[in-house]
Amino acid sequence: MSDIPADLRYTASHEWVRSLADGSVEIGITDHAQQALGDLVFVEVPEAGRELQAGDACAVVESVKAASDVYSPLAGTVVDGNAELGSAPELINQDPYGKGWMLRLKPANPAVLGTLLDAAAYQASLAATDA
Amino acid sequence: MGRRTPLHDLHVALGARMVDFGGWDMPVHYGSQLEEHHAVRRQAGLFDVSHMCVVDLLGEGVRGFLQGLLANDVAKLEQPGKALYSCMLNERGGVIDDLIVYFRSETAFRLVVNAGTRDKDLAWIRRRVQASAAVASLQVIERDDLAMIAVQGPRAGELLVAQLPEAERVPTLALAAFCARDVASPGTTVAGADIGTSGTAGATGAPDATRRGGWYVARTGYTGEDGFEVMLPAAQAEGLWRALNAAGASSCGLGARDTLRLEAGMNLYGNDMDESRHPLESGLAWTVAFDPPDREFVGRAALEAVRAAGNADKLVGLLLEDRGVLRGHQKVQVPGIGSGEVTSGTFSPTLERSIGFARVPRATGAAVQVDIRGKLLRARVVKPPFVRHGRALIEL
Repeated sequence: MSDIPADLRYTASHEWVRSLADGSVEIGITDHAQQALGDLVFVEVPEAGRELQAGDACAVVESVKAASDVYSPLAGTVVDGNAELGSAPELINQDPYGKGWMLRLKPANPAVLGTLLDAAAYQASLAATDA
Repeated sequence: MGRRTPLHDLHVALGARMVDFGGWDMPVHYGSQLEEHHAVRRQAGLFDVSHMCVVDLLGEGVRGFLQGLLANDVAKLEQPGKALYSCMLNERGGVIDDLIVYFRSETAFRLVVNAGTRDKDLAWIRRRVQASAAVASLQVIERDDLAMIAVQGPRAGELLVAQLPEAERVPTLALAAFCARDVASPGTTVAGADIGTSGTAGATGAPDATRRGGWYVARTGYTGEDGFEVMLPAAQAEGLWRALNAAGASSCGLGARDTLRLEAGMNLYGNDMDESRHPLESGLAWTVAFDPPDREFVGRAALEAVRAAGNADKLVGLLLEDRGVLRGHQKVQVPGIGSGEVTSGTFSPTLERSIGFARVPRATGAAVQVDIRGKLLRARVVKPPFVRHGRALIEL
């Protein structure tokens, strides 16, 4: 029973995207993803200035069990990485859609955002994998 | 669907995340692997280890048979109830499995072997029994009727013995490490012996039900803490688990079991050694009894040759100095000497650093580099164990 806020966009690989007022977007991993990964113990976020293509591995989350890549949902330039996660990776477990944000990106083409999954479509993709 | 232990439905009811482990559906955690780890270091935790295979070897000549089968020497087991850790080797000195052997009587020894190797282990043992005229009547009995629960942590003894009949409490708490005893099961007055067949089995050697039903309790474990492993009839496992839960022992999954054993400096079969690796390059030289020199055991000749030539590789402990997490199969660079590979790695919840084991060239010194996603990170070579009885044993 994972939390899927209605105002965000999603990918089938369990990233979420939030539009910010300044035209940039905030990216993290979903509640479902953090539950599946378990306790996170190490997070590597990208540095500001890095150019990303959609689908690029842009961050790494490691739980006690295993390492997983986080893929950029869209192309753009990294504005900021969440430095707090370096010393507190558990923020992703505790607050995946808030303090657990991972990076902020200036999208190359903001219109792409509309092509990502909405909450209902992401919910449906989870149901399909569980079945 | 994988194989299930007698506690499978209870794990699901307790909210465990179930995963496949060597063909078995097993709990990896019940919510937080980190909390389970800390519970064992600070209080007490419960592990379902029923997927491991209990094998009773019954009959005349069993001690001599085991002296030939195992790299460690069961001659060290002088008192009934004593246990010994050993590797079982192939002719090339490779490790078929690691196991614990318990001496119960001169006609009854018990082995506990790994889950993922059970079929090949049983086949290997049975083949050797058949090949030896001296032990032709030896019975090899797989005890699928038993469950096994590990109770581990500083409070393990106190919590476990409270579940035992009054008369069993003091002698069970008095067990030394690597010792075991038969214990009457709660609510019965049946003497504890559970040998599998009666000691004086008739011509059929059929299991004697009147001798079954007891518990076998060993002061052993895989966590680096005080603790016990209880072998008991499958039908009684859920009752014991629930009672220990209620008394304050936390349900713990395979995830915590792995971080605890790594901190404790204990090898995992399949990761840290296997049939292509011998004990001398796996940190297990201490488990090979070369004395007396006239004891012939499978793999001895191969190990003697390695010993004479000097082994090329060794297994060492690593502490990652940079930020990141060591994982199995990461490449290790040893400047000026060569390269190796991480065999097991994790984040240590107790040390809050990444630790692991690596197989590296024998000449490797104090510092290596580990390739983690294309970056060479610094790691220090340390002597395991990393943690024992809740305390760090290495300098951070």
